[in-house]
Amino acid sequence: MDTQTLTYIFVGSSFALYIGIAIWSRAGSTSEFYVAGGHVHPIANGMATAADWMSAASFISMAGIIAFSGYDASVYLMGWTGGYVLLALLLAPYLRKFGQFTVPDFIGERYYSKAARVVAVVCLIIISFTYIAGQMRGVGVVFSRFLELPIEWGVIIGMGIVFFYAVLGGMKGITYTQVAQYCVLIFAYLVPAIFISMLITGNPVPQLGLGSDVVGSDLSVLARLDGALVDLGFAAFTEGSKSKLDMFAITLALMVGTAGLPHVIVRFFTVPKVSDARRSAGYALVFIALLYTTAPAVGAFARLNFIHSVDEQSYAEAPNWVKTWEGIGLIAWMDKNGDGVIQYGAGAPFEGRADYDGAAGAHGERLLANAPTDAANEIVVDRDIMVLANPEIAGLPPWVIALVAAGGVAAALSTAAGLLLVISASISHDLLKKTFRPQISERTELLAARGSAAAAVVVAGYLGINPPGFVAQVVALAFGLAACSLFPAILMGIFFKAMNREGAIAGMVAGIIFTLSYIVYFKSPWFGAVNDADHWLFGISPEGIGAVGMMVNFAVAAGVARFTAKTPPSVRHMVDAIRIPTDAKASK
Amino acid sequence: MDRKPEKPEPADTAKLYWRENIKLVCGLLAVWFAASFGAGILFVDVLNKVQIGGVPLGFWFAQQGSILIFVVLIFVYVGRMRAIEKRFGVSDE
Repeated sequence: MDTQTLTYIFVGSSFALYIGIAIWSRAGSTSEFYVAGGHVHPIANGMATAADWMSAASFISMAGIIAFSGYDASVYLMGWTGGYVLLALLLAPYLRKFGQFTVPDFIGERYYSKAARVVAVVCLIIISFTYIAGQMRGVGVVFSRFLELPIEWGVIIGMGIVFFYAVLGGMKGITYTQVAQYCVLIFAYLVPAIFISMLITGNPVPQLGLGSDVVGSDLSVLARLDGALVDLGFAAFTEGSKSKLDMFAITLALMVGTAGLPHVIVRFFTVPKVSDARRSAGYALVFIALLYTTAPAVGAFARLNFIHSVDEQSYAEAPNWVKTWEGIGLIAWMDKNGDGVIQYGAGAPFEGRADYDGAAGAHGERLLANAPTDAANEIVVDRDIMVLANPEIAGLPPWVIALVAAGGVAAALSTAAGLLLVISASISHDLLKKTFRPQISERTELLAARGSAAAAVVVAGYLGINPPGFVAQVVALAFGLAACSLFPAILMGIFFKAMNREGAIAGMVAGIIFTLSYIVYFKSPWFGAVNDADHWLFGISPEGIGAVGMMVNFAVAAGVARFTAKTPPSVRHMVDAIRIPTDAKASK
Repeated sequence: MDRKPEKPEPADTAKLYWRENIKLVCGLLAVWFAASFGAGILFVDVLNKVQIGGVPLGFWFAQQGSILIFVVLIFVYVGRMRAIEKRFGVSDE
């Protein structure tokens, strides 16, 4: 069977599985819709959290980022895992004890304020939609590459599936589909990694791949890669280019942002007990670490393979994947010296983004309208394709390629579903039930939850098909916002009884204004700001500014709380109750 | 901080329990910080002079070691909290 048929079979049967689970586990009450009734086993919740958390970015993009930026990519590896330590130690157990449905619920109750709740809802919605657009896009890219459908159709099919199980099943349906999706995605990630590790090092454990010797030589993979890169004029793989302060800020912003992401936090509302919430965070990180400790090896292998199969290779005889990815515009080759051979090296081969002029060149390549640069490099490759192209680059059998496609879709859909659910819960529960229409019945609230999930799917699909101009840039925004608003508000809510309504709201607003304006100033095309280290505040990039935004939040909140009314006794008692695992409410 | 403790004993237990909890969390966060920000970023150049199994040590901490330490930290926390909660009689298990 050819790759495409196999891909249809793999992706199709994974979809059938998700739909089957959704029908089996549909939600009947608001508690089941929002938090799966609070009955999820900690290990199942760990897997669901891992799938919820590992998005198209983790599955598709991260190894590619590592492949092309080496040590600098460590910020993602540490940032996206270290956040779980903060979550487990500082947030999850207490929020579980609080025992409500959403993150704005906690902020609204703890700060005895509808305004605080609404600020939290606004943050949550911006964060979640920013994030979800990327997921839908990821589904579209996988479909367009492997099934040769237009990206729009991929997005629409993805929307249909998520619509079905998120709207029908709510958190209960999502949880068990996410467990299945975790199994699909981790299998799809590890199988090619193990194959490639065997091919390159002869060692089947990809986690050990970085230090293993390349087959037939006495150099380790890293040493070999460093050598090859330096020869081609790149910096060594193990050397970084970012300043220490910037590395520090980005890692911190990603860690804190991870701990503050509503769709991750809410997963810990679904386990039965406080102690389960802690344990569940541990399991989640184990399941995540399985992929995250593999990614550095996958990245290094991919870069090594890429150099070997592309550099000094005649285009006419280049492997097939070069042409297929070129066909959808993710690889571009400009034969600058007219020798028909691909030269790879440091520096951009031409000015700006690839602009294919529609004609074919002497060797069948897609010609470009861009102005060439002085660099000897002739090829540019979108780093997002590394994981998807890896099996082809390594010459693995077609079923592995089909498996990777199914894994990429699973990663994107599981995250999208989790995000849709927090969006719909924040609208039906926080805005309607708790703020504007408290008189509605549970039935109506459930209907509103399903309705807003449906509306959110449509908006997400629209964003996936028509991504805002700088969509790739806005992930920084999601983490930055979570880091500067939700995380500090929750943390102070648990650990500082003296933090009052005025302080928390002022802190969140100040953190958001600071972080948002910094990111928009440097990332948007509107101000013409130069986005480089010389122009950044203290040399901290927009990716890392959330860490500073968090400090701003803490400082403003502490200042305002000092000079305003004390927290009421009822709230102090509530905080006391949250801090201790036992009482009637916690152990059901 | 807490006004009018009606039953002084549970309030005391709660306070002591909370203090133990904070101590544990601070200790674990110190390790969290040292493994990632310390070994992976601040002291990466020094540690890179050492190679273990073909990988520079600082680079290894930044890309793999810190993650493994994070996993261990959470399970240590789970275990220690269980013991603390049993001791203060506030365990939910």
